[in-house]
Amino acid sequence: MSYGPLLFLGILLTLASSWVGLVLMPHRQMGSLGQNTDTNTAAIYPMARSGEAQQGAEHYRSLGCVYCHTQQVRPEGYGSDLERGWGRRRTVSRDYIHDKTVMLGTMRTGPDLTNIGERQSDTAWHYRHLYNPQITSPGSIMPPHAFLFETRPIGAFGRSTNALVLEGAFAPRAGHEVVPTRRAEQLVAYLRSLKSSGDLPEAPVKKEEASK
Amino acid sequence: MIHQSQTLRALLPGDTGAEGGQKTALAEIDASCRVPVLFFFISGLAWLLAGTVLALVASIKLHTPGFLAGWEWLTFSNVRTAHLNTVIYGFASQISVGVSVWLMCRLCRIPLPAPGLVTVANLFYNLGVTVGVAGILIGDSTAIEWLEMPRYATPILFFSYALIAVWTIITFRLRAERHLYVSQWYLLAAVLWFPWLYGTAQVMLLIEPVRGVVQAAVNWWFAHNVLGLWFTPIGLASIYYFIPKVIGRPIHSYYLSVLGFWSLALFYNWNGMHHLVGGPLPAWMITISIVASVMMLIPVITVAINHHFTMVGHFGKMRHSPTLRFIVFGAFSYTLASLQGVASALRSVSEVTHFTHHTIAHAHLGMYAFFTMVMFGAMYYILPRITQREWPSNGLISLHFWGVALGILLYVVPMSVMGFIQGTRLNDPTIRFLDVVQFTLPWLQLRTLAGLLLAAGHAAFVVNVGWLLVRMFEPYRKPVVRILTGEAESLAAGK
Repeated sequence: MSYGPLLFLGILLTLASSWVGLVLMPHRQMGSLGQNTDTNTAAIYPMARSGEAQQGAEHYRSLGCVYCHTQQVRPEGYGSDLERGWGRRRTVSRDYIHDKTVMLGTMRTGPDLTNIGERQSDTAWHYRHLYNPQITSPGSIMPPHAFLFETRPIGAFGRSTNALVLEGAFAPRAGHEVVPTRRAEQLVAYLRSLKSSGDLPEAPVKKEEASK
Repeated sequence: MIHQSQTLRALLPGDTGAEGGQKTALAEIDASCRVPVLFFFISGLAWLLAGTVLALVASIKLHTPGFLAGWEWLTFSNVRTAHLNTVIYGFASQISVGVSVWLMCRLCRIPLPAPGLVTVANLFYNLGVTVGVAGILIGDSTAIEWLEMPRYATPILFFSYALIAVWTIITFRLRAERHLYVSQWYLLAAVLWFPWLYGTAQVMLLIEPVRGVVQAAVNWWFAHNVLGLWFTPIGLASIYYFIPKVIGRPIHSYYLSVLGFWSLALFYNWNGMHHLVGGPLPAWMITISIVASVMMLIPVITVAINHHFTMVGHFGKMRHSPTLRFIVFGAFSYTLASLQGVASALRSVSEVTHFTHHTIAHAHLGMYAFFTMVMFGAMYYILPRITQREWPSNGLISLHFWGVALGILLYVVPMSVMGFIQGTRLNDPTIRFLDVVQFTLPWLQLRTLAGLLLAAGHAAFVVNVGWLLVRMFEPYRKPVVRILTGEAESLAAGK
């Protein structure tokens, strides 16, 4: 095997095969996947996110949430994703068409967040959890994200309406309050927008589940 | 051994069996490599130290989340990602380039041509990594695994990789030795494959992002091939060169090396989608990757036979040659890492190990126990030759080897086991998620301990290299202690 051109050609052709097969073909197959309109109810799925939630997605990316949280629900009978209540059906390609960066994730140091907006819609819970996960989930190893909040003296008109309700060891100094920054608000808007359980022909939600 | 006399030449690294006159030529080649290769080695080792510190911080943070929690730029995600990018792009890739530049010159049997090209590549490379890692720490990470550096950094690196590819082709064209040794196939393939991979990933994910889960497909096609088509070929090229070189015996079989090379080229690049088993991609993509992953048994077993059978009867030489000690450790780890990889690609195994620390253990078995160990071995051989000085301290070599060998064992074995148990528990919905998290804690603390051992090994190596470089500026003295017994070539060359 001392013939340079043959070696060169072989090197290029082998990689070209999977470049066509795993990059170009999927792009052709799924690159222009659109929304689905339910033939019975005329419901459109998936809907685009609000501007605030889209900005929150940028914080989710920037903060690297993907390194501990997945956004994919595996099919029935494969793992326990459905049994753990992480979704009502598996996720499919169409669920992700509006994501600027698709963050499927490869690690479950923390739970899956595909449907966190459905599983936990309480904004106050999310704020307290982000401020210090020990408040809502004692024993968690998620780092506190106190830098997404502002601790400030309580103003002349009393506590702000959006101040976090913090008790005991987590409470700020006397006369102070903890309020979410814009970033925290956008991030929580994004988390609350995470819902991937619309009925799709390729991934139907089971009837008895859907009627709940 | 099955070969005939005409293939014997194919079994030996090009510069073996040199006569007196050729020794001078080798010394000339080594001297021509000195500055560019040292640039890559020194900057690579600086990034290794940075990456080691980042790794320790990330490891501590995972079991003690309050550690350094006040600084936003030091969150677990940032530190972990900065660690990956410094060790992959800053350390491992730069050592790879240094080693392959030297190997290419030696095997083409010419003094390093166009040294300016290599030096410029190195400067741009370090600029790119610095900008990229700083970008990650200030929150500009793309959150695309293995491609986290922001898009204002990656083109700098791409330019640098392209320069290396151009340089390699120039060297290849100018070669004085017409016969191509197996290491050259791998090196040529690696430097051509990587810019293609990196360019595609940048265009389709950073510059003009594709839609939806096509991103995940491109991501894992790229990320898995960084390992298989960039690091693996350079690692294997080094093993193919250094084992026969140090023990003075041809490789086991020429035919197996041909089979090993082409089956790797054919199958590895189809493997990537096994990172997405159970994920929201068409079944055909995942299935084809699982099939290709199982097909990897062919190159892996072929290469294993070729490497390990060459060593049979010569293991005693590992006591005297640090190069051989590290390279053989790496060669065995390659076999193990590959077999673990094949197993993890199977649907039934992936159901358990996907999303757990098992994958992290596997990544370190491949990138560290195989690749990094081989690169350490290569540097133990190359550095004394290009500096024409002996290693200053035998003790530091031992400390390096045992620190990293025990450290990586203590990392990979418990983490593999822990990941498997973690996955089994995650798949049991009756076990609370937080209980699974709690279960991992003592194992994660053990990992920090393993990291300290690795750090000690790295420190020993860096001190030894620094000492060697200081010696370079002293007048040459005949060394009193000869560490590289059986590898006296550099002494002869240094006279």
